[in-house]
Amino acid sequence: MIELLDGLLLVFIAVIAVSIVRVNNLFAAVVIASFFSLLSAAMFLLLDAVDVAFTEAAVGAGITTVLAIGTLILTKSTEKKATRRSLWPLLLVVLTGAALIYGTVDMPHFGDPKAPIHQHVAPRYIKDSPTEIGVPNMVTSVLASYRAFDTLGETTVVFTAAVGVLLLLGQVWPKRLEEDDT
Amino acid sequence: MRFQLVLRVVTKIFIPVILLFALYVQFHGDFGPGGGFQAGVIFAAAFVLHTLVFGLDDTQRFAKPPLVHALIALGVLLYAGTGVAGILKGGKFLEYGVLQHDPVHGQHLGILLIELGVGLTVAAVMIAIFFAFAERRYTE
Repeated sequence: MIELLDGLLLVFIAVIAVSIVRVNNLFAAVVIASFFSLLSAAMFLLLDAVDVAFTEAAVGAGITTVLAIGTLILTKSTEKKATRRSLWPLLLVVLTGAALIYGTVDMPHFGDPKAPIHQHVAPRYIKDSPTEIGVPNMVTSVLASYRAFDTLGETTVVFTAAVGVLLLLGQVWPKRLEEDDT
Repeated sequence: MRFQLVLRVVTKIFIPVILLFALYVQFHGDFGPGGGFQAGVIFAAAFVLHTLVFGLDDTQRFAKPPLVHALIALGVLLYAGTGVAGILKGGKFLEYGVLQHDPVHGQHLGILLIELGVGLTVAAVMIAIFFAFAERRYTE
């Protein structure tokens, strides 16, 4: 049953990905991309990664869509017609995709307990987290305590991204922008 | 959309629920799925909704851009400050066990504080970036 659902979702995601490429109206593309994010969130949910699904639904389907529509208002909402068509990009993409799929052949199967990632520090976290941290959600205990340094780095990345966007869009000095306009 | 009566009324009912849900995700992250990042995004979504329905000026009357910009830095400061507090208490950077007498309680306090820092930064960043996009349309 769950395999059927997995397959159905994957087919849907593939169809949506192709339609994003095919559609000319960028507004439609943004809406379809938001649907893509929602289906990805459902996929993560099926893989038992509830925290990731949560983030994907909130960021991918929510905020990103609003920001993309905001960008469309500032620019144009129809795609420019391609001036020349060439088969090289398609060939390159197919080759890269084939190489990636070939690479997955050597990877351990999904959920394989013998996979290296489950052999390293994960058993120690699972064994000691309830007594050491005492937080029922182990994702939080890894994210916020065992790997607090990484999360500090991530927060700094978000901070840096905001500084970059605010500097580029010039909201930090609104007065000077108005002077430039006149 | 400022003159759509139904939208205005429904939005007014929705926004407190969204904010409450964001706080639930923030402080319930220890027990269920969620945490600072998701909570921050949901919190920001309430402000985005308010801007879309009531306009940028109304939203910026209480979410003042200088305040939002200050909160971006404050979240990171809270996170790093929790780490420094661990050093001052005689532990290592970001070691929460020393924050309180019982190491497990210290872990709980540390996780609460840094999740709050993440939530503050993410919410403020999302609001600030959205304002940056929306304001540009206003000035032109």
